[in-house]
Amino acid sequence: MKNDFKVIANLIDKNKRVLEVGCSDGTLMKFLKDNKNINIRGLEISKNKVQKCIEKGLTVIEGNAEKDLKQFPNNSFDYVVLSQTLQAFLEPELVINEILRVGKKAIVTIPNFGYWKVRLHLLFKGTMPITKTLPNEWHNTPNLHMCTIKDFVYFAKSRNFKIFKSLALNNQNISLIKDSNLGIKNFFSDLGIFLIEK
Amino acid sequence: MNTEMNIKTLIIKKPLKLDCGKTINNYPIAYETYGSLNEKKDNAILIFHALTGDQFVTGLNPVTKKDGWWSYAVGPNKAIDTKKYFVICSNVIGGCMGSFGPSHKDPNTQKIFGINFPIITINDMVNAQNNLLDHFGINKLFSVVGGSMGGMQVLQFVSNFPNKTKTAIPIACTSNHSAQNIALNELGRQAILADNNWYQGNYTSKNTNPNKGLAVARMAAHITYLSKKGLQEKFGRKLQEREDLKFSFDADFQIESYLRYQGSIFVDRFDANSYLYITRAMDYFDLPRKFNGNLSNAFKETKAKFFVISFTSDWLYPTQENKDIVIALNSIGADVGFAEIESDKGHDSFLLDVPDFLSAMKNFLDKSYSEN
Repeated sequence: MKNDFKVIANLIDKNKRVLEVGCSDGTLMKFLKDNKNINIRGLEISKNKVQKCIEKGLTVIEGNAEKDLKQFPNNSFDYVVLSQTLQAFLEPELVINEILRVGKKAIVTIPNFGYWKVRLHLLFKGTMPITKTLPNEWHNTPNLHMCTIKDFVYFAKSRNFKIFKSLALNNQNISLIKDSNLGIKNFFSDLGIFLIEK
Repeated sequence: MNTEMNIKTLIIKKPLKLDCGKTINNYPIAYETYGSLNEKKDNAILIFHALTGDQFVTGLNPVTKKDGWWSYAVGPNKAIDTKKYFVICSNVIGGCMGSFGPSHKDPNTQKIFGINFPIITINDMVNAQNNLLDHFGINKLFSVVGGSMGGMQVLQFVSNFPNKTKTAIPIACTSNHSAQNIALNELGRQAILADNNWYQGNYTSKNTNPNKGLAVARMAAHITYLSKKGLQEKFGRKLQEREDLKFSFDADFQIESYLRYQGSIFVDRFDANSYLYITRAMDYFDLPRKFNGNLSNAFKETKAKFFVISFTSDWLYPTQENKDIVIALNSIGADVGFAEIESDKGHDSFLLDVPDFLSAMKNFLDKSYSEN
């Protein structure tokens, strides 16, 4: 199990209703369902991955988050999870608004473009950074809107949604992000995990 | 067709008030079963057939001597595994494979009903079939499954009997017939009515059949079950057993010959009046109508787990119409999954060997059953 999945699971209480947007092959959904008795749904755009979810016995809806989230009523889920997907949307702001409407809370994880390895890669190699969380090349990456942990924190402030908990992940290390250590966490973490609410 | 020997029939004594206002009783429902009902009686799946289907889902159809219409999907170890599940399928009322229909005799007059048979709706079909559950002593089905008109019956069944099934799989269907659907059905009906041998529906008493009209209806409908791409790849402009065009109205092209053949074999197994009645039932299908136009309200009472399936190349019941069902279910927080299966086989995809479809259905059923 990927470390960030465990962190996400720890942010969610038992017996809740959860929607995972961009649920991929359902690994996280399965983990949440089995370990937290969670009533979980997934929304996934890839036909191949939808099949993988069905193989796991998961409830998945094939669809496009930027169009298909509007069918869910306000606050119809306790949590909406968006795991390393925000940067792949054409309009991330719209998706953030939608998941905060559909979910009472949302959990968003982002691959941190401010991570020191990313910075050094661009600085010294002069080519687009490739890391564990950013495995693709510039021409085949699904990522359209990369951001840093700092960017996301500023974004929350400017758009008036609350960040309840921010966690930084660097390999096995999980740490809290605060205003006082934002610069450091933005440099040393390859993933940011945010629990947010409108 | 003298078919009675191979057909299991249940006589329903309980009166059924039809949507048209008439009441029927002591009417036959012809059915078939596959696999066996377990002790807990929790492994039963009710399959609903489409427009021209019947109760013979799989194996050899004893009447037509051909494979059952859903042999790809139903059978031992198949998507609907008859080693595991008890499968029930019955001929819809209005049909022509043994269930109460226009080719039956009116008990009052002892004459064949013809178009004096009452107009049937999808709601009536489902209410009639519900009697099968009582017959087998089943309180709750494990699943209701069907494609096309069968999918409409799935939706209607869950709406009418919200606690009688654990899961539901509506495939390649819609919650109400579109203008295009009605138009295409009307085309088929008019072809039958225009046949001089139809005799206002009394062709049996004249010892004839409106075969030409029924064949044209089938040919037109058959085109709607395929996709443009599928047709082009299979037939293109290929000529039928000839080197060059004949400059006549013969079947020069393979597609013409194919359609003529499809029309000709259809009339051997299907009754023209039943075709009128069943297409009418489909056209009248409008599930949201009873719920002030809000489809969600049709499913408010159910806890059933849905899996809606559509196909990319199906233009008869396109993905969007299937998605509307998903949207209605999501808006009331129902448990619903949805997959659009890639296939260039058109609406017919659900009847054919489309591996992603069959495996998705199998996985959904088997995983849901193991969670019991």
